[in-house]
Amino acid sequence: MNNLVALPILIPLLTASIAMVGWRSRIFQRVVALVGAALLLGCSLALLYQSSTEGIQVLQMGAWIAPFGISLVADLLSSIMVVITGLMGLSVLIYSLASNNPEYENFGYYPLMHVLFMGVNGAFLTGDIFNMYVWFEVMLISSFVLLSMGRKRSQMEGAIKYVTLNFLSSGIFLAGIGIIYGVTGTLNMADLSVKLADADPNLTILLSVLFLIAFGIKSGVFPLFFWLPASYHTPPIAVTAIFASLLTKVGVYSLIRVFTLIFIAEPEFTHHLLLFIAGMTMLTGVLGAAAHYEIRRILSFHIISQIGYIVMGLGLFTPLGLAGSVFFLVHNIIVKTNLFLVGGVINRLRGSYHLKKLGGLYELNPMLGILFLIPAFSIAGIPPLSGFWAKLMLIKGGLDIEAYVVVGVALVVSILTLYSMTKIWDQAFWKPEPDTSPARPDKPSAFELSLWLAPVILLAVITVVMGLFPAVFFDIAMRAGEQLMNPAEYIEAVLGQTP
Amino acid sequence: METLLAFVIGGLYAAGAYMLLRRNLVKLIIGLALVSQAANLLIFTSAGLTRAHPPLVDQYHQRLIEPHADPLPQALILTAIVIGFAILAFALVLFRCAYQTAGEDDLDQMRSTDL
Repeated sequence: MNNLVALPILIPLLTASIAMVGWRSRIFQRVVALVGAALLLGCSLALLYQSSTEGIQVLQMGAWIAPFGISLVADLLSSIMVVITGLMGLSVLIYSLASNNPEYENFGYYPLMHVLFMGVNGAFLTGDIFNMYVWFEVMLISSFVLLSMGRKRSQMEGAIKYVTLNFLSSGIFLAGIGIIYGVTGTLNMADLSVKLADADPNLTILLSVLFLIAFGIKSGVFPLFFWLPASYHTPPIAVTAIFASLLTKVGVYSLIRVFTLIFIAEPEFTHHLLLFIAGMTMLTGVLGAAAHYEIRRILSFHIISQIGYIVMGLGLFTPLGLAGSVFFLVHNIIVKTNLFLVGGVINRLRGSYHLKKLGGLYELNPMLGILFLIPAFSIAGIPPLSGFWAKLMLIKGGLDIEAYVVVGVALVVSILTLYSMTKIWDQAFWKPEPDTSPARPDKPSAFELSLWLAPVILLAVITVVMGLFPAVFFDIAMRAGEQLMNPAEYIEAVLGQTP
Repeated sequence: METLLAFVIGGLYAAGAYMLLRRNLVKLIIGLALVSQAANLLIFTSAGLTRAHPPLVDQYHQRLIEPHADPLPQALILTAIVIGFAILAFALVLFRCAYQTAGEDDLDQMRSTDL
């Protein structure tokens, strides 16, 4: 029993409620939202410290004994994901102080963001499969509103695709839950892991495919990703950044959770399928990015490509592979968010996201150039930045079990990623400014510019630290990977007995 | 009874899929509603149907005796119905806004974000 496990869900809920009370005052909402996000980060760090020193932390809600009640479980993967949610929440909220249109703030932007964090943290921490569905919906409904806020035509079109496909995915998830309850009579994930071991293997495979499709749509893997590049570039940049950092990753987290805890009986089928999907996701994502000239669209396609790497670690299904997935998740969330944030700064300075209309940014602001290069090189995997170590772990994990094809794909995709990043560098930063570039917006004041750049610098520093001192992060990722490969520990922590 | 419900669920999924593939926004919404109802019925059926045995302890026993209906799936469905209803209501408003902004209810014409 540890009440700390519930705090990452309760703090955003409380923050959203308080911010709603003072919805007339923008200053009040801003202060409440920032304080809430800082508290959330502090609390999640405490949770990570506890779960790494004292083992898996479990809270049985309402003191109902598992598997009858709902359990909240914080193992290493969950705690790491909660910490990264807190970090992203705080940086994106600081960024939106400068980037946001005041109209959105009056419209409930800050409460919605905190409801989104609550849904995301709930999905990371829950140990009950139906409860996970509920958290998904909490997260989705706030993301629907954030996505369509502003009512531009492109946003409406993007939102229709996003809402339809996510609703459909929830329906498939729900159908999977119904059948799994019919087969085992339980919804607790630890209990499911025990009971599904005796079930008919054909039924298990059918169920695993249902969950694979449901979570696959949410995480944007091949061939289910089409909603992502159609909608992610339409909302304001701060919203795009938080979507890019958290939403697809919740899908990937769920994939990792169910395919390391529940569906582990037939790895020849399920995990080989995951490896194939991973390879195809990496390739299609990066090729899609190569064809585009709009910064946000290029980055949206890269989200898909990077999801492939994370799924690859899961498909390898070894401790090192899963540790690679965990390391890659953390690295990718930080770096990808940072790239979107830099994209927003470019738009603020030059009034466009389109590479053909941009140019000469390096001359205008050399520091922004450096701040773009750090995440760009990191995402391509150039040492000594964080992406290099993440890819090294995955590729070593792949070579260890002789999965040469997917390793080859991963390496080729890295080069193509570098191509995309150099394309942005070349077109936006180095090329002289073209005549077609739109009229420059008014120059931001020094204070405004520092608000824009503060989160970018923070995330860039973390990227460099992860690159220069990888041992600490590697160690904790490795322990998370071993914990995932050994579900008995999780089951014992939740059910209180050895299976 | 299970067989009959299985056909009903299959019919709902088929009709839902057909409606989802139509180009009209309103038909898309109807498709979403059908698919979510099919999922609810699927939970109800797959958890097993027990008729005329409510999960109540009678005066002659100290505990529940078999067979009795499982109340949990019904609680799940209730939650799912409420959530599905909320999302459908939001989707209706969203689609109406989209229709007003785009002046169009044909999904094939809404491709500007894909290009």
